Amino acid sequence: MSAVPKVKIQALPSVADSKSLPLVIRDLTVAYHRKPVVWDIDLEIPEGKLVSIVGPNGAGKSTLIKACLDLIPRSSGEVSIYGETYRKERKRVGYVPQRESVDWDFPVSALDVVAMGTYGQLGWFRRVNKRSKALALQALDRVGLADYAHRQISQLSGGQQQRTFLARALVQDADIYFMDEPFAAVDAATERAIVELLKELQQRGKTCLVVHHDLATVPQYFDWTVLLNMRVVAAGPTKEIFTQENLRKTYGGKLSLLSEAAEELMRIQ
Amino acid sequence: MIDVLLLRNYNTRLVVICTMLLGCACGLMGGFLLLRKRSLMGDTLSHATLPGVCVAFFVGVLLGGQGKSLPLLLLGATVSGVLGCATVLFIRNNSRIKDDAAMGIVLSVYFGAGVALLTMVTKMPDGAAAGLESFIYGKTASMVLSDFWLLTVVTLCVLGLSAVLFKEFRLLCFDEVYASAQGWPVRLLDGLLLALVTAVTVAGLQAVGLILIIAFLITPAAAARFWTDRLDRMLLLSVVIGGASGWLGASVSALVPNLPAGALIVLVAASCFLLSMLCGTQRGVLVRLMRQLRLKRSIGRQHLLRALYEILEADGERGDGISIRPVAFRQVRGRRTWSDQQLRRCLRLAYNDGLIDAVSKEDGIILTEAGLEAAAQVTRNHRLWELYLIEYADVATSRVDRDADAVEHVLGEKLVALLEAKLVKLSSADALEVPASPHPITPGD
Repeated sequence: MSAVPKVKIQALPSVADSKSLPLVIRDLTVAYHRKPVVWDIDLEIPEGKLVSIVGPNGAGKSTLIKACLDLIPRSSGEVSIYGETYRKERKRVGYVPQRESVDWDFPVSALDVVAMGTYGQLGWFRRVNKRSKALALQALDRVGLADYAHRQISQLSGGQQQRTFLARALVQDADIYFMDEPFAAVDAATERAIVELLKELQQRGKTCLVVHHDLATVPQYFDWTVLLNMRVVAAGPTKEIFTQENLRKTYGGKLSLLSEAAEELMRIQ
Repeated sequence: MIDVLLLRNYNTRLVVICTMLLGCACGLMGGFLLLRKRSLMGDTLSHATLPGVCVAFFVGVLLGGQGKSLPLLLLGATVSGVLGCATVLFIRNNSRIKDDAAMGIVLSVYFGAGVALLTMVTKMPDGAAAGLESFIYGKTASMVLSDFWLLTVVTLCVLGLSAVLFKEFRLLCFDEVYASAQGWPVRLLDGLLLALVTAVTVAGLQAVGLILIIAFLITPAAAARFWTDRLDRMLLLSVVIGGASGWLGASVSALVPNLPAGALIVLVAASCFLLSMLCGTQRGVLVRLMRQLRLKRSIGRQHLLRALYEILEADGERGDGISIRPVAFRQVRGRRTWSDQQLRRCLRLAYNDGLIDAVSKEDGIILTEAGLEAAAQVTRNHRLWELYLIEYADVATSRVDRDADAVEHVLGEKLVALLEAKLVKLSSADALEVPASPHPITPGD
């Protein structure tokens, strides 16, 4: 492995500094059936950034997020969130899974789903109370779905379902958010709503890691970017690392279309 | 008959109450099983109990000569049922074989082993009297007071735990990964759910048998789903349907000699399912057909009104604005790809609604005042939506008509208001005016 240079954009912060960092990953490797999916990841995410995680299909973007949240076993490496393990800092972390990961035919309303964000605070046995419901309604309002609170979730459009998931993460009032493809197959209105929400979270000093597919919008939406293809190809401020060179490294040779998109971007910037 | 329904006979009373309790417990656990997408797991579990029952019988004979000790048999059933589920999980986790195939294999292998062992039991000197076959098809007549206590305890446990852990089970069934991220011990909860299902299954073996118990678990829950979109109501209804099926099935079986209760219970539950599927108020077939029909009619009406309006509008451009005048059937017919028959049906409905005055070959179609107003409204919504698509969704103008058509019929008042606010500048139309069409309107043939 030593032949592969690790990409470090900034000098390693001292221990005291890294305590305050929302996310530090060291030497993370995850393997399914002994086949590594992400390999030797080193990453430091500074506070208050909107970070996109970009890479081709199968690059391990979701795996990286899941490994950070202890959802899948790590083969090696460490993840620290605000200098602690995920287990300790769980309450400061919000998670938005992929929309397809659940059955939207399930007999619950949008409000019920969002209220699930408060279950962690409620703890064992305690029922969903008025306070949880009020918080959930507030979160729904923030994503523009207050009118849909009592709809069964299959009667929401794809974009509305995505926003419901976002609201569920918001209701926790976390400090760092992990979002797995929130922009996947959403309508233009939802995309705008999500972007506004991200910017608002950033203003309040929150950190967001977002798995993102649409290269064209990366520089526009995110000030930090991680280019991932099993390893971290590059990580840092989008302006610096979102280069054609790095994208080609990330996507390999087979993606002429995507390099075209990148060229287009360079032109716009 | 009255005697049976009022439970005057002690034995009947016992059996009916037992099956009713079982039905309630089954309905509840079936609800979770169904939503957790583990229906087949329940089936595997129940089939896998048979070898355990037989082995327990052997052990009983070896220990004290009496094989027919119920606690021992049920313990055997539990152990081998859980072992069956564990085998499924083992195969799934350690090979590339998928869930359904793993369950198919385990279910039949365990059941096969059970049948083989059962044959050996019946050939034993004591075996013929053992009556272990009742575990396969169920035999309510063999129920005694201890069964009642067992079922009462199981039902109370199931109801109590589900009430206390409702929130946790709901989260587990809906979004396991998120539950895990939130720090819930998903494996423990899942194990608890499986344990409750196992308890219900084993307790129900005697009543409906291991082949039919899965139907008793799943059918009430599936039926309940047609009536409501809320989890708590669905589970409650499932409990009621399960309980009622148990009560009715067992009662009929007591009334008519030689009709097995297990089969009747399942048939009653299936009837409930069929009825729910047809008449369910949330997702029943009839309700959905009605909704579709209503939408179709409303779309037909809107098409008709817009066609009429656009014809009048085209005439108005040449002369003195839009006014009501007769429009020939042929002209309307040419507006869209609808058959004579379809158009006539639309006209008849519009006439019934008071939107058009008269339809006749000579006079043509004449809108009423209300009809003209509605037509203007419909056309306006259509064009607002078209403009929105052009402005915000980058749709080519020539394609707009078709895309607009797909959505405009479901535009709510609120959305229309929103469109107006957005587009009023664009279309330079005042709030009540119909904006001009953004694309040339194809004239009728």
